[in-house]
Amino acid sequence: MIINHPILGPRDAQEFVYLGDANLMGRPDGMTAGIEAFHDYLYNRDNPAGAHRELWYHEQGDRSWLVVTRNTVTHEILKVEMARDVARAGGRSK
Amino acid sequence: MRYSGFRVIAEALTGHKGWKPVWRDPAPQAEYDYIIVGGGGHGLATAYYLAKEFKQARIAVLEKGYLGGGNVGRNTTIIRSNYLLEGNEPFYEFSLKLWEGLEQDFNYNAMVSQRGIINLIHTDAQRDAFTRRGNGMILNGADAEMLNRDQVRALYPFLNFDNARFPIKGALMQRRGGTVRHDAVAWGYARGADMRGVDLIQNCEVTGMRIENGRIRGVETSRGFIGAKKVGVAVAGSSSKVMAHAGMRLPIESHVLQAFVSEGLKPFINGVMTFGAGHFYVSQSDKGGLVFGGDIDGYNSYAQRGNLPVIEDVAEGGMALMPAIGRARLLRTWGGIMDMSMDGSPIIDKTHVEGLYFNGGWCYGGFKATPASGWCFAHLLAKDEPHKTATAYRFDRFLKGLMIDEKGQGAQPNLH
Ligand SMILES: Cc1cc2nc3c(=O)[nH]c(=O)nc-3n(C[C@H](O)[C@H](O)[C@H](O)COP(=O)(O)OP(=O)(O)OC[C@H]3O[C@@H](n4cnc5c(N)ncnc54)[C@H](O)[C@@H]3O)c2cc1C
Repeated sequence: MIINHPILGPRDAQEFVYLGDANLMGRPDGMTAGIEAFHDYLYNRDNPAGAHRELWYHEQGDRSWLVVTRNTVTHEILKVEMARDVARAGGRSK
Repeated sequence: MRYSGFRVIAEALTGHKGWKPVWRDPAPQAEYDYIIVGGGGHGLATAYYLAKEFKQARIAVLEKGYLGGGNVGRNTTIIRSNYLLEGNEPFYEFSLKLWEGLEQDFNYNAMVSQRGIINLIHTDAQRDAFTRRGNGMILNGADAEMLNRDQVRALYPFLNFDNARFPIKGALMQRRGGTVRHDAVAWGYARGADMRGVDLIQNCEVTGMRIENGRIRGVETSRGFIGAKKVGVAVAGSSSKVMAHAGMRLPIESHVLQAFVSEGLKPFINGVMTFGAGHFYVSQSDKGGLVFGGDIDGYNSYAQRGNLPVIEDVAEGGMALMPAIGRARLLRTWGGIMDMSMDGSPIIDKTHVEGLYFNGGWCYGGFKATPASGWCFAHLLAKDEPHKTATAYRFDRFLKGLMIDEKGQGAQPNLH
């Protein structure tokens, strides 16, 4: 698989480390969310067959986190974004 | 028809005209007491034990493709009970004991071969860890033995003992571990279930669930609605897809694992060998092919095929351990979709829907579990309480902090 890095261009997926569903970026607030919400965040997954937004870390490159939208049935990569841009667009400061 | 040596000779003398199809091909009935979703090893074993051991009737297995076309026919056929943790080891030892009597029990040759499995050791710390694991196994009635370097050398003199990074210092041996002809396991259970009246319904994909007032009424399928009092789901890599029909999100990710077979070679590996440090394991089939594998590809996938980087990684692991295989040619590679759970251990449990039960999260190790998984799932379906070796395989263990994490990796499925 080739991941089209927004800054570095096409890179082999081997340069990256895979973390999982991009929803992991939306960690609930530890003081208010409660144990059920944290349990759901940490352990449960949508695990879709089809388009999946997921976190890849460019460990052997610029050390950036990317949000890759990839089809889990065909392995086709549909979209690549910088994770920090996604986080900021979602209202976070960093 | 019972199979026996006599039968084989009689058929040979009469032109093999007496063999019959091994199971029926029934049309689905309107309603069953039990529907098992998924005609893989676990689903078929569940139906078999439900009928045979728990004396239940009106049972159907619904399979979206053909029986045994999933992981049960794609795995590398290793059986063992060399786990450490309390929640796991009694279950896997129960499974190994069932394997030992399986062929007589279901009157089918599954080629159960207890040829021994070794896990290689390269450091003192690893030796300590494996010694602890071996003691855990013995405490639970399994067999375990520590081999020193010379004992490993006597078994496999051609290994690269003085690899600079991972010199071989010994191994943990389980002599009762080994391999089983995987397809024959599916066929044997299917035949045994069919003989006891279970309807095995192929080309029948479950596409929805009918749930009324919190109770399961049946399943929607590609062959129409089929009613059921109880539904047990055992669909391995498709677990999240099927349980989504009941509104559930599971502690599971689907990942692809690849397997490899070389051209046929003269016998030189008589047991199973794992080289964990090099992400490689191998056995040799009775036809002579080396059957081997390594890590999962590592990203969510529902494609039954993997990518080249893992093939390269596995081949490197094989070469590091056994330089002698350098000229052997790879014949085939393929992939299967596994239900990787958040702690690397399975789930056999009820759900929030009355009458709906779940069996999954087997990761890359569910083949060895097939007999016990079927038995324990049948126990849960028939009696509404878990079998004594499967009490820890609950959904709520993640909420309660009772994870069964053999590797200590935490909630990241691709590291288990
Ligand atoms: C390459 C590879 C190597 C492995 N090596 C080993 C090993 O050496 N030792 C070991 O112990 N384990 C091993 N495993 C793991 C083991 O194969 C699995 O954990 C186990 O087979 C899963 O259970 P099963 O047999 O019931 O699954 P499957 O055979 O996959 O059965 C599930 C069935 O459900 C069906 N299904 C899915 N969705 C639906 C639906 N909607 N409606 C109806 N039916 C449906 C599928 O078609 C499939 O037939 C390996 C796996 C792979 C992929």
